[in-house]
Amino acid sequence: MPIATSTLQAEEARVLSKEEIQRYSRHLIMPEVGMEGQLKLANAKVLMIGAGGLGAPLGLYLAAAGVGRLGIVEFDNVDVTNLQRQITFTTEDVGRPKALAAQQRLSAMNPTIRIDTYRTMLTSANALDLFRDWDIVVDGTDNFPTRYLVNDACVLMNKPNVYGSIFRFEGQITVFNYKGGPCYRCLYPEPPPPGLVPSCAEGGVLGVLPGIVGSLQAMETIKLILGIGEPLVGRLLRFDALPMTFKEYRLRKNPNCPVCGEHPTINKLIDYEQFCGVRGEEAPVMTTGIPEITPRDLKARLDKGDDLYILDVREPHEVQICSLQNGHLIPLGDLPRRMAELDKSREIVAYCRSGRRSAEAVDYLQHSGFSKIWNLKGGILAWSDEVDPSVPKY
Amino acid sequence: MAIKLEIPTALRPFTGKQASVEFEAATVGEALKRLTATYGDLQKHLYTEDGRIRSFVNIYVNDEDIRYLEKENTPIKDGDTISIVPSIAGGSK
Repeated sequence: MPIATSTLQAEEARVLSKEEIQRYSRHLIMPEVGMEGQLKLANAKVLMIGAGGLGAPLGLYLAAAGVGRLGIVEFDNVDVTNLQRQITFTTEDVGRPKALAAQQRLSAMNPTIRIDTYRTMLTSANALDLFRDWDIVVDGTDNFPTRYLVNDACVLMNKPNVYGSIFRFEGQITVFNYKGGPCYRCLYPEPPPPGLVPSCAEGGVLGVLPGIVGSLQAMETIKLILGIGEPLVGRLLRFDALPMTFKEYRLRKNPNCPVCGEHPTINKLIDYEQFCGVRGEEAPVMTTGIPEITPRDLKARLDKGDDLYILDVREPHEVQICSLQNGHLIPLGDLPRRMAELDKSREIVAYCRSGRRSAEAVDYLQHSGFSKIWNLKGGILAWSDEVDPSVPKY
Repeated sequence: MAIKLEIPTALRPFTGKQASVEFEAATVGEALKRLTATYGDLQKHLYTEDGRIRSFVNIYVNDEDIRYLEKENTPIKDGDTISIVPSIAGGSK
């Protein structure tokens, strides 16, 4: 079992202290919440899966609202690239475990609640044990294997699953498995194969987006606890930030759903990495058989004055961040129609950010008859690490 | 009649960044065929190699999932909107 720590404050059902009454005054004066609702919040137990972009506003609002027990499952450490959107963390938190940094931040905001942290990956081996003591699970993870795992564990343990996911400017929000409602597999029976959908690291995300989606998850969680309004059950809410639209789609329970249907075939947790293909969301790194050159070797050859054609297959907006000297930009997607610009008799080194897209480019060009071509191993990120640290990493 | 197809963020790179496109079509399948005929790169994102709509791509006519209508044979009428809603998993690690 994972190591659990907690800031033990709240015990069993109780009355609010004078300080708490003051703290929650704006709740208490609303008839929809009132003392009864605030005590429901105080007695509620919500398990957050992930303390990243979605978990940030979610944790802040649930803690502020006085949800009596919060659990945070998160194995990762705070990275400087998180700060653009994960608003629970400060610059000083970089390098610290996210679960602990979040616990500290939320406790500082509301010391009257109890926060348990689980610095572990959620796995098929620990999920059922972890979920057992909680009323509601909120899915703020970032990959397909964990999302199917959270879903199946919620169905098996009969816990509602407040779901939110994001991509660039777009979010999807719904509540799964609430009072016999549909589950994630009813919405999407299967995940995309690896490589077809870019990850956040690959595709980017506008920082406010997880703020909005995580806040909507917080709102649905609080509505479930209070038992007010219409929960977002049987409806998929889709948010698109660019046109600023919210659209709703009907979401039905699939009678043939393998986990929540009439004759379920999944009665225990499975191997979700295998179910989703290796590393769920990320593209496969197809470097096998692709000729490579390391940044150091490339540097040595350039220093010798070798005639190498540096092919940059990134997008134009990436060139504005950083690039190698004397590179020629042909974005990967344009390569087929701009291949004539390349000279088969010259030696070509292709590069991108991480070496993944340029591996595809090398593969494609090899099949088109280019033989003197190499992929820059690890891309410009590795160039920054191994050759020129003044090149910024992104 | 012209039917509006809404393209999700994830697939806009394949439609010249357009968020919606219009085609003349009488059924969902016909509209999607027109779409992939115009934007060939979408084919592999919407269909499996044996020509079935991928199970992580949901197609809605207005707010209804075509799995619960007549699938690709679902008739469409003037003013209907077809939405393509693929599975996304990001939580911004």
